[in-house]
Amino acid sequence: MTGAGVVLLTTFLASVVEAIEMVTIVVGVGATRGYRHTLMGAAAGLVVLVVVVAVAGIALAAIPIGPLRLVIGSLLLLFGLQWYRKGIVRVAARGFAGYHGQEPKEGPPEAAGFDATAAFLAFKGVSLEGLEIAIIVVSVGASAGQLGPSILGGAAALMLVGAVGFALKGPIQRIPRSFLQLVVGTMLTSFGTFWALEGLGVLWPQSDADIVLLLVFYGLSALSFIGLERRARHQALEVVRT
Amino acid sequence: MSAVVEVVVAVPKFLYHFIVGDDLVVAIVMVLALAATGVTVANGINSWWLVPPLAVVMTGVSLWRRGVAN
Repeated sequence: MTGAGVVLLTTFLASVVEAIEMVTIVVGVGATRGYRHTLMGAAAGLVVLVVVVAVAGIALAAIPIGPLRLVIGSLLLLFGLQWYRKGIVRVAARGFAGYHGQEPKEGPPEAAGFDATAAFLAFKGVSLEGLEIAIIVVSVGASAGQLGPSILGGAAALMLVGAVGFALKGPIQRIPRSFLQLVVGTMLTSFGTFWALEGLGVLWPQSDADIVLLLVFYGLSALSFIGLERRARHQALEVVRT
Repeated sequence: MSAVVEVVVAVPKFLYHFIVGDDLVVAIVMVLALAATGVTVANGINSWWLVPPLAVVMTGVSLWRRGVAN
């Protein structure tokens, strides 16, 4: 493989990891809160990103990503824990009722007025992950003297993962909102934990693979809490009946 | 002018709702956990194990408090 090919493949693969995180947040938040304001937030994040890339150019490689990860990760962790808790309570109460889009006692995903929460979450996901992709592209491209293939690799990763996310939009929309809130809450909590601690200088033992372990850890914990909540509800009903 | 006042009122309100939400105790404990992680990392301890279990414990505490309140 030529030097350009190696640079293209390297930036493509590295960017795919970041793009998956970006698209996961946008699709998850969009499916839970509605796509209109989520995509507006994502677009705003993209605009900020383009401006930063255009202004900084090659100097992007010098941006300290640690403090950014700490701030954005901490916000995602704190917000993610709220959806995590609400998801546990709702799934414990309703289970998978309303699986085919029939979610009772809840408003439509597209809330009236501007949904700042959806927009803010998507903005942060796109701007942070996009910035990381830009830094990967600039660092690898500039150090190898192959900026063109590097940009191509990053752009291809973004388009591919974006297209997959767009294709999955429909099936994800059919998942009940209470369960989706738990899934997205688990994801935001996992990404938030990972980024915040990385921003503090923590070295994750398995590097990026620890995101998956965090997802498993928080997911299994949620299942345990759902079991406990259901048992508590059942016992409360028994007390009322007797 | 009123639009500016609206924004000045709405932004902190949104940030509080976004960061703290319905459980101030969880938010405070998690911020303290992050601060403790920062301190331990600065002292050479790679404390990746501190925040995840604490997040789960605090979720349990929050759910328990909610159950008691109801």
